[in-house]
Amino acid sequence: MSVITMRGLRKDFTVRVRTGRLRREKRTVEAVAGIDLTVEAGEMVGYIGPNGAGKSTTLKMLTGVLTPSSGEVSVCGLAPVPQRTRLALTIGVVFGQRSQLWWDLPLRDSFALLRHIYRVPPDAHAARLRRCRSLLDLDEFLDTPVRQLSLGQRMRGELTAALLHGPSVLFLDEPTIGLDVVSKQAVRSFLAELGATGDVTLVLTTHDLADIERLCRRLVVIDHGRVVHDGTIEALHARYGSRRRLVVDLDTPLPPGFAVPGADLVSLEADGHRASFDLLSSSAAGAVVAELATLASMRDLSLVEPDIEDVVARLYRA
Amino acid sequence: MNGLDARVPGISPDRPFRGRVTTFGALSWSGFRRYATYRQATIAGSFTNTVFGFLRCYVLLAVAAGAAGGRAAGYDAEQLATFVWVGQGLLTVVSLWGWTELADRIRSGDVAADLLRPVHPVIGYLAPDLGRAAHAMIFRFLPPLTVGALFFDLYAPSRWFTVPLFALSVLLAVIGSFGLRFLVNATAYWLHDARGPITLWVLSAGVLAGLYFPLRFLPDWLAVTLWVGTPFPGLLQTPADVLVERDPAPVQAALVALQALWAAALLGLAAVVQRRAEKRLVAQGG
Repeated sequence: MSVITMRGLRKDFTVRVRTGRLRREKRTVEAVAGIDLTVEAGEMVGYIGPNGAGKSTTLKMLTGVLTPSSGEVSVCGLAPVPQRTRLALTIGVVFGQRSQLWWDLPLRDSFALLRHIYRVPPDAHAARLRRCRSLLDLDEFLDTPVRQLSLGQRMRGELTAALLHGPSVLFLDEPTIGLDVVSKQAVRSFLAELGATGDVTLVLTTHDLADIERLCRRLVVIDHGRVVHDGTIEALHARYGSRRRLVVDLDTPLPPGFAVPGADLVSLEADGHRASFDLLSSSAAGAVVAELATLASMRDLSLVEPDIEDVVARLYRA
Repeated sequence: MNGLDARVPGISPDRPFRGRVTTFGALSWSGFRRYATYRQATIAGSFTNTVFGFLRCYVLLAVAAGAAGGRAAGYDAEQLATFVWVGQGLLTVVSLWGWTELADRIRSGDVAADLLRPVHPVIGYLAPDLGRAAHAMIFRFLPPLTVGALFFDLYAPSRWFTVPLFALSVLLAVIGSFGLRFLVNATAYWLHDARGPITLWVLSAGVLAGLYFPLRFLPDWLAVTLWVGTPFPGLLQTPADVLVERDPAPVQAALVALQALWAAALLGLAAVVQRRAEKRLVAQGG
């Protein structure tokens, strides 16, 4: 069952640009320029794109904060803007750059208040809170006012706040932004565990591609308000011809005019003692290594997986 | 992940009203709690209000002493002293000065988080504001009034219904003031920066609500025009007049009814403005 559907979704903003000393001209900026996308229940979708690509705008339209200029959008069978308050009961949202907790109140009070706002039965609330407390280690700062929390602590609080009413869709807008390595890992493994149950559909925007690699099977890349890729990470590599790289250290340089089937020589360094090859997608690393061993004696070798950041950078520049 | 699993459980579906009241109550309590965390600010604020209470009280008592029969604009000395001290206390209860929370949240884009809650934004701000007012009633209204009662002769109401009517009048004053503040703050949806309208509000509210001097000092035609044509007298002048029994009982009740009309109109207008704002809303920031 589709949880999220977007058909020809657009959002145009009108901006005024100074054209003279007093004159201003209205210009239309396409933030989202016609997106068609469907997300099934239980999917974990990574939604990425360069700054200003339209990620947050899409998320705001999906959550009912922003009215689309045109197109259709439905989340959990509801129209986000007209049915925003009903939708709010079935979705959870975490904005990495904003807080939805009460600045002056201890985390514990914020959670209690959310129970009343979402009218969650006490036992269900208690069970979810208990689960989050143990998974996210909240206990040590549960009584600290939100304004005194560190970013990592606050983000763990935000995740809990977004989940206490048991949403069936969770929207995360850059949930790991600004977090240290340990906090990032905590957030990621929590989300991975959440996603593994299949109960919650997860849409995640991020600039940290490690989040995507760790969490999302499906990757949607958006640029200039349009979807430029929709599929698995492997499909993205295949499409952009990403190759694994084999680096070998040799005791003796390779003979002149050599050829290794299934691999392209990329570089020769250290007087021919170090060679790098890109493996063609069809070839197996083992066969290439065996072939190389017949040409020269090998001291060491390493195999480098294609870097998703490179692929995405190529995609953004395209 | 059991226990975190999804779907909103039946939220007291048979008792939606009770659920709404509980939510409203919890939000109000949060407003009370938020202000209760700033104890030093509360003490400093009460102290300042008290100091200015003395100044204003002496000025108005001098006016009364100079007036024919010791009555200025229909108030005797006790009524004027009470007017001043009640005004000094209510000043913070109705939050006549400075409330920029909504404007700040619009400016920073944090208002998006308010829209993601299953509560109407006007209600979502009104309920905590009532909690804030309840906190102010205990910690900002009573201390100056107590000091005033120790140093001056204050007016004791003679009609049995005056105190309950005053309580209602204060509640309506808070709601009216909230409506106005919400509208002034909401200009930030269009202007991005509401400092101009907020300054205008602070300047006009002080004069037009009767903080600086009782509006009865003005010519009748002007006072009546202000009362009927603007919500401002309902913020401070009406509750104070109700408590000091400035008018006969029917007028006393009519003033509160007028307050109620204004409060309802302002809340309605706030809801309309909010709806318009949401249509054109550009939540700031990524």
